[in-house]
Amino acid sequence: MSDVAEPAVTAPPSRDALERRMRARNRAEKRFQVYGIVAILIGLFFLVALLTAIISNGTGAFTQTFISVPMTVTKAQFDDAEASFVKTSKYRALITAAIMADVDARGLESAYSRARDYRQILSDGAAAQLRTVLQNNPDQLGQAITFNFRTSSRVDGYMKGRVTRDSIARDSNLSSEALDLVDQMVAADIIERRFNIDFVTGADASDNRPEQAGMGVAMLGSLFMMLTVLVLSLPIGVAASIYLEEFAPKNRLTDLIEVNISNLAAVPSIVFGILGLAVFIQFMHLPQSAPLVGGLVLTLMTLPTIIIATRAALKAVPPSIRQAALGVGASKMQAVFHHVLPLALPGILTGTIIGLAQALGETAPLLLIGMVGFIASNYPDGIASGLLDPNSAMPAQIFEWAKRADPAFYERAWGGIIILLLFLMVMNLIAILLRRRFERRW
Amino acid sequence: MPAIWLVAIVALVSVVGFFVGRARALAAAGGEPRALHSRPPYYGANVAIFAAVPAFLVLAVWLLAQPLIVSELVKGDIAPSAVPPGSNLSLVMSDVTRVANGLDAAVAAGAMTDEYAQNIRADFTDVRARLGSVGVALASNVDQSVLIAAQRYRALTGTGELLRTLVILGIAAAGFAFAVLRTSADFRARNAVERAIGTLLILAASIAILTTLGIVLSLVFSTIEFFGLYPAQDFFLSLTWSPSFGGGSELGIIPLLWGTLYISIIALLVAVPIGLMAAVYLAEYATPTVRAVAKPLLEVLAGIPTIVYGLFALLTVGPMLVSVFGDGGALGVDWMAGGTAVMTAGLVMGIMLIPFVSSLSDDIINAVPQAMRDGSLGLGATKSETIRKVILPAALPGIVGAVLLAASRAIGETMIVVLGAGAAARLSLNPFEAMTTVTAKIVSQLTGDQDFASPEALVAFALGMSLFVLTLGLNIVALTIVRKYREQYE
Repeated sequence: MSDVAEPAVTAPPSRDALERRMRARNRAEKRFQVYGIVAILIGLFFLVALLTAIISNGTGAFTQTFISVPMTVTKAQFDDAEASFVKTSKYRALITAAIMADVDARGLESAYSRARDYRQILSDGAAAQLRTVLQNNPDQLGQAITFNFRTSSRVDGYMKGRVTRDSIARDSNLSSEALDLVDQMVAADIIERRFNIDFVTGADASDNRPEQAGMGVAMLGSLFMMLTVLVLSLPIGVAASIYLEEFAPKNRLTDLIEVNISNLAAVPSIVFGILGLAVFIQFMHLPQSAPLVGGLVLTLMTLPTIIIATRAALKAVPPSIRQAALGVGASKMQAVFHHVLPLALPGILTGTIIGLAQALGETAPLLLIGMVGFIASNYPDGIASGLLDPNSAMPAQIFEWAKRADPAFYERAWGGIIILLLFLMVMNLIAILLRRRFERRW
Repeated sequence: MPAIWLVAIVALVSVVGFFVGRARALAAAGGEPRALHSRPPYYGANVAIFAAVPAFLVLAVWLLAQPLIVSELVKGDIAPSAVPPGSNLSLVMSDVTRVANGLDAAVAAGAMTDEYAQNIRADFTDVRARLGSVGVALASNVDQSVLIAAQRYRALTGTGELLRTLVILGIAAAGFAFAVLRTSADFRARNAVERAIGTLLILAASIAILTTLGIVLSLVFSTIEFFGLYPAQDFFLSLTWSPSFGGGSELGIIPLLWGTLYISIIALLVAVPIGLMAAVYLAEYATPTVRAVAKPLLEVLAGIPTIVYGLFALLTVGPMLVSVFGDGGALGVDWMAGGTAVMTAGLVMGIMLIPFVSSLSDDIINAVPQAMRDGSLGLGATKSETIRKVILPAALPGIVGAVLLAASRAIGETMIVVLGAGAAARLSLNPFEAMTTVTAKIVSQLTGDQDFASPEALVAFALGMSLFVLTLGLNIVALTIVRKYREQYE
């Protein structure tokens, strides 16, 4: 410390100046604290804004507008419709005629005189729904039954405030007169908004039928993917961690593995998608869009997470446990498998659940192995078909809806996010509870 | 015999082996376990491992190799004249496998007998219609040479499967017999079993290496193929990105890199100040209660999937920014034409990165030794002066490392930019314009049905390679800095 200058001889600062300086320093101290608080508040504000956006936009997806139609389909009408070439158009004509009759019977004012004008109120899927009901219950032919059909997504949007009279001015699918009629039907309890379980359990629907789309099939796709990930990544991850933590000698191979694992944890997920496309689909010819392939890719992505968590859990088991086991004559393998591993199990399970939760929300690699871009409408009928048949997954389904042109799908996408986040929340809660319940301090 | 049955049979043999091995060991010791070298279950496990593991390994290799070998053999059979002009051998081969799978499906559905499927002739029968009737859709009519190749493919596959069944069962039986014969009272079963388990552990740990190898190989081969079709200097130096599947594409990476970097910079400008200040407050000022509440809440942001942030950018932040900066917006300026823009994606990505920066910085600030704080406070510095002049400079290398890790996250992020940044590749300084990124273009070039041999699809692998190298470089630098920093205070 030779470069310290000789202190210059100056008059000591006045008491007044000292106090001023102290006050300024204290103000700076306060300011600094406020910056910190503001930073945290901004972060929390973003969290609240995100959750508000999700909940306010997404809850609508869980309700749906239904129209109740009292109608009687005779055997002759049924046979006629079944014999025609485009069967749904016959059924649709039956439904619209029934709606019109109901409107007339109740004396509602309608600007429409033709049954086909009522099509703008009704969902395109109603005809197929009627046909399925009649095919499965032939005894209902000729009886007066009140059916509940979905309304079109525009009417549904009107009931939810998404579609307004201004916004339909240039929309050829819904006219202002139809909305007048809808208002009267709401007053007459014909049209009603209700909880829609089909959104949770149903299949995806085509572009022009957003009111029918549901998450059910994509949820099964995600389930089969997660099963694959669990079955592969837990044993492999635990085995790799045991080797690295308990047995690995200090050599080049071990170093190489360690470096690889820490780098893989930071490789962008899209690169894993490229790997899946090149290796699993182009090289090994596994089927495209299959949850099995998605599961394999996500396994490779989840492995580093599980390995890191498992190693931490193994490290937390005190050496005295190993020494005691070795001391009474156990082999190294026995000490690890009989004593260390059971004690580390809660930590391993927690890490695995968190890894699975990450994998469940991952989207980018699924795009490259083709789990988007089609309508996932078939429920898998068994384990093999669940693993190998083309399917979507929850985040991929949300992405698919977000890309479609009709804003009615946006509501579904938000609703899908609510379901996805609920799953993640439950998984994380389980992980936290496990940790609380079984965590042991040595 | 289907592979799944083979697996089941071998597993069954292995389970039986466990009991046989144990019983034989006990018999050899005259029913007295203490006379054995190892405890009886180890003798059982030894037989089980020898019966199952070699068979499973061979089966795995066989499953991978057989389709390759069979298609090579069939490829040799297709006359060059059978390849239509404008097509190539690999396209014909994919037709062949499709027809072969179709015939399999038809036989499985009972629409034709196996013998019939092997002797069917395209010039006499409408194969496409027959396969269509069992739900196998073919794009074009089946050519006779393709059909013959497909039949040969089926025949070879059938032979291969028969051979596979025999070989696998043989290996399982041999392993079983070998291990059973070796079982005696003096046999060191535990050592053998532990050696086998140790090998399996090493194999599991090597999967990390295999994954990296798989990533590198899949990227490298396709990238080389791409550079064979499209000059490398154009890829790295061209300022335009305009792919067209009709040909005459310009595939320059620079506009994409610019979009990526621009969005990442905005994201870091949001995340670093907020995350760092939050970390400082949580580490130095917050009471334990505040810390216990605020830290997990901030970390919730890190647990939310990126698709959620993407939707948030597309449907909430984008329209909101337009209502402020767009035509007729709150500021009365017309800077922003559409909701998807660099600003939208950058802002949302910044939100996503806040917890990442804050929890890494939190760890790093906590690692600064308490003695440095005490020294500074003892000299009369206020807490904020201590933080600014002592702790932060001491923690700087670690914080730089954290920022680099965050940058590598931002560069590799996909869903937010796919949904929030737009699709137009342009070089512009205006943050309110739509731009696109490397990751977004990888997605758009590789999704949908296209010919994977065209430069427009292969460019995605070159983009992926660039992305991989870039993020890997950043990570290595960041991890080195962080590790050095940790060692400094340990």
